[in-house]
Amino acid sequence: MTAYEKLQAGASVRQETLYHPVEGSYTTKVATKNVTVHYGDKSALNGVSIEIPACTVTSFIGPSGCGKSTFLRSINRMNDTIDNARVSGSILIDGEEVNDRNVDPVVLRARVGMVFQKPNPFPKTIYENVAYGPRIHGLAADKDQLDAIVETSLRKAGLWDEVADRLDQPGTSLSGGQQQRLVIARAIAVNPEVILMDEPCSALDPIATARIEELIDELRENYTLIIVTHSMAQAARVSQMTAFFHLGSLVEYGPTEEIFTNPRDQRTQDYITGRFG
Amino acid sequence: MVAPVNAPHIVKAFSEELEQLSADVSAMGGMAESMVADALESASTRDAERAAAVVLRDRDVDNRERVIEKQIIRLLALRQPIAQDLRTCISALKIVNDLERVADLAKSIARRVPTLIESDPTSFAVAVDRMGKVVQSHLNEVLDAYATGNAEKAIAVWERDDDVDEHYNALFRELVTAMADEKSMIEPGAHLLFIAKNLERIGDHATNIAEVVHYLVTGADIAATRPRGTRPTAFDGE
Repeated sequence: MTAYEKLQAGASVRQETLYHPVEGSYTTKVATKNVTVHYGDKSALNGVSIEIPACTVTSFIGPSGCGKSTFLRSINRMNDTIDNARVSGSILIDGEEVNDRNVDPVVLRARVGMVFQKPNPFPKTIYENVAYGPRIHGLAADKDQLDAIVETSLRKAGLWDEVADRLDQPGTSLSGGQQQRLVIARAIAVNPEVILMDEPCSALDPIATARIEELIDELRENYTLIIVTHSMAQAARVSQMTAFFHLGSLVEYGPTEEIFTNPRDQRTQDYITGRFG
Repeated sequence: MVAPVNAPHIVKAFSEELEQLSADVSAMGGMAESMVADALESASTRDAERAAAVVLRDRDVDNRERVIEKQIIRLLALRQPIAQDLRTCISALKIVNDLERVADLAKSIARRVPTLIESDPTSFAVAVDRMGKVVQSHLNEVLDAYATGNAEKAIAVWERDDDVDEHYNALFRELVTAMADEKSMIEPGAHLLFIAKNLERIGDHATNIAEVVHYLVTGADIAATRPRGTRPTAFDGE
């Protein structure tokens, strides 16, 4: 039983869950409280509090500039890399504060992997793209183990059959959809718990998109996935929970099927049905 | 709760198509409603010609249903509506199905009119007519609730479904007694029983439509939100 199914079987979820979490009805993987992000003087995110269940796909939707990507990036401290970004509030993964001084962002980013809009393989071979992470994190004792990690990761990403006989070719020689799956394999190789995806399919054709979506669905058995998407249809297809952001605030959060059949907030309704002026 | 007025879609044609769909469903509702009114009127005024015209009009309603269904399928396929828009499409699909049945039942009432004119059971025709007025008012109000997006009005109709069942049960008993007392009442009595049953069914369809209107406006199931107590159920005489 996935966490989401437990959550569905349990008491009422929806907006209430946010503020009155039902004890024990599901496992929270990521919990944030009052996360606020400023870029210089400009506020990009005003106090987002959300609980994301483990082993589910949660999608973040909202118009451009609503703060959804900013929020996604704060979960694995990618905003640290932006000079004038200031993050406040609490972000807990399994109850541990990610912004704690003692947390090494490099280790954090192995636990919380990220896939971007444009596939960004390293300018190395397919093998090296996947092997790089496990090697620097010391996950493999020898070459055989590393080979095994590379194969398993590529298999999980649904790419192994297509690249098994050309692992020594450059990652950049693959098609866009294959590159995106290679990047996902690279994220998986370091054994993450959470995978963040920022519009992972927006540069892909419908077939490659379907492959990634199928992969996302398979991955949720072992990982917690959070996906930012501009495609309402994609959010509806791949995610079990949906959060709608607008003007830097979390407006509505709940089971995807409820958000897409009966949103509570007029702003959510207007946005998903294409009425935002 | 009245449906909030939605801003128009960014894609104007989509807004227009949704408005057209609701207008067409309302128009079909008007057709079915007038068939019921005319069928009852033809029975009480003993107008066989008018009854025959009602029977013929059923085909128009069937055609209208098919046209609306096509519109909905097209909307679902091309626009992939969600949220309120999805509910608009699904509600329309369900309501036209009920309306088509209402028209069928009106036709079935009209078909019995010529026999009733011959047999002349005046006193009972009045009772049936009274029941007909109740059913007509439910149908009228629920269609009004649909056109104006008024969930409260829909709930009011939904909660008054008992009235129709009570009328039906009373009429059923009276007719059975009359048929037992007098042999000549058996044939017209049987026809009147069927008419009453048809009216009771039309009332059920009005109740169905009330549920759909409630879902359309609020997104919630009426029965889940307003549990009903013990209520009379229509006696089928079976």
